[in-house]
Amino acid sequence: MRTSDSLRKTYGETLVELGKDNKEIVMLEADLGNSTMSAMFGAAYPERYFQMGIAEQNMASVAAGLSLAGKIPFINSFAVFATGRAYDQIRSSVAIANLNVKICGSSAGLSDFGDGKTHQSIDDIALMQVLPNMTVLSPCDAIETEKMTKAMAECNGPVYLRINRNDLPLVTDPKAEYKIGQMTEMVEGKDVVVFATGVMVQQSMEAAKILEKEGISIRVVNVSTIKPLDIAALESYCEGVKGVVTAEEHSIFGGLGSAVCSALSKKRLPIEVLGVQDSFGTSAENYSILLKAYGLESEDVAKKVRAVLSAN
Amino acid sequence: MNYSQEQVTELKRKAIQVRANILEMIPPGKVGHLGGSTSIADVMAALYFHTMSVNPSDPKDPKRDRLIMSKGHAVLVQYACLVELGYFGREELAKVKTFEGMLQGHPDMDRTPGIEAVTGSLGQGLSVALGLALGFKLDKLPNRVYAILGDGELAEGQIWEAVMAAHGFKANNLTAIVDFNGLQATSTTKEIFPIENLPQKWSSFGWNVIEIDGHDMVQILDALEAAKAFTDGPSVILAHTVKGKCFAFAEGKAKYHNAAMTEEEYKEAWACIENLKREVEA
Repeated sequence: MRTSDSLRKTYGETLVELGKDNKEIVMLEADLGNSTMSAMFGAAYPERYFQMGIAEQNMASVAAGLSLAGKIPFINSFAVFATGRAYDQIRSSVAIANLNVKICGSSAGLSDFGDGKTHQSIDDIALMQVLPNMTVLSPCDAIETEKMTKAMAECNGPVYLRINRNDLPLVTDPKAEYKIGQMTEMVEGKDVVVFATGVMVQQSMEAAKILEKEGISIRVVNVSTIKPLDIAALESYCEGVKGVVTAEEHSIFGGLGSAVCSALSKKRLPIEVLGVQDSFGTSAENYSILLKAYGLESEDVAKKVRAVLSAN
Repeated sequence: MNYSQEQVTELKRKAIQVRANILEMIPPGKVGHLGGSTSIADVMAALYFHTMSVNPSDPKDPKRDRLIMSKGHAVLVQYACLVELGYFGREELAKVKTFEGMLQGHPDMDRTPGIEAVTGSLGQGLSVALGLALGFKLDKLPNRVYAILGDGELAEGQIWEAVMAAHGFKANNLTAIVDFNGLQATSTTKEIFPIENLPQKWSSFGWNVIEIDGHDMVQILDALEAAKAFTDGPSVILAHTVKGKCFAFAEGKAKYHNAAMTEEEYKEAWACIENLKREVEA
């Protein structure tokens, strides 16, 4: 049985599966198709695959036009370029018009470890969640990626999907039903709730094991839909706990932490936000080095939990 | 030639009415993009009242052609055409750019029937038009797509991304029209940013280039027909125009890019409309 899998490969495979029945799905790629895995769709349905070259701004607005012609266009690039390079095109051509355009930001966070700060996205969630009409999805494993890719193709409206470049442990239940907006309890616990997204879900699950040995019980919740944030669910998971920790592979500004702090502002609960501090990424020979260097490991989650408890 | 002399005269009348509608929207003291709306008014009249297939009784008719106002600030001219076709009532004209009105400061497809996209952030409309064109081609539909660009707008790099892409995809159902009036918000295009050699630029990017006097109705109709007839790829019509055309006080002046007219100028503008009507009937 597989214990880990590639999110992007799963994304590519799911696109091929979706494209078989849904002929309206079209793919746009800015010459990174072998990394984003949109090339798999291109191989299966060449007539519905638009190679847009290294011109992300045009790609985003062309997608808006394709959507106006009744198509379901998916834009593919690295998360930094998909969101940052084409930000105003997404804002103006896509989001204001509330068009049915899907944006896949691949190699998100620090996951493109070798390429360094120009290619690592620590700001893509911030850019996308501030846009009205936009849905922001952040899967934590390949199983969730497959379900999300299918759900985003079916829903109407602009959606941003943030995909990690590296294989991640399979942590979600393949049999569980999925719908956009849901958050899932991964570990039961009572002292502190950890709201985590992406790679930080498995790190937080590991943290639960570390803390259990210390007699601390944490509830780990996978917040894979960052927007729209289910505030009622968020509040219900806060019931009975002494504090809240958020964990994400993204800047501490404008990401999950900001969204949770804003949503829970009326609760009298201490909150600790774990994420990339106010800094860009850097090159490294592997992903683990970066997760350690940027304080995004299970032990870092555990530290935040201890901190939030000591604030009581 | 797919038009009669009577049709040309009628289109000239329509173009005058379009300019009158623009005046109605921006009475003295109300700021509006007079210059860039009136420079492209003749081309817009030809498109909406002759060349394009449109269906005002069903604004979402799948068979319609699409017009994307990439130079979105000049949307007054599009409203002036749409109201004439009955997409919305004349009472909306006075409410342009107000909180209650459906006519927004820039094109808004959600608020205004007949508006096909959200534009206004310059440089994006040609790409949106290309996306529509590619969608129609994929479905083997005959719909045509028109993108109205400003010459100042051509400074936006995205325009040239779209120009290259449209050539690459052989988007022969796409026509770009450049309102080549030589002026932008604060000065001449020549002074602001070098966009010279436009025919050579577009042509070297693989487009079929048609250069015309953008105020000569016969030339406009011929150019639109030639663009339709060209099937090897996309066509661009470089329409030489005068910013503020037909209003002597505003012609060729950057100041009227987005300005409010005085009472005196407004009276003069209506006198210009009356003169134009006399000329066309003469």
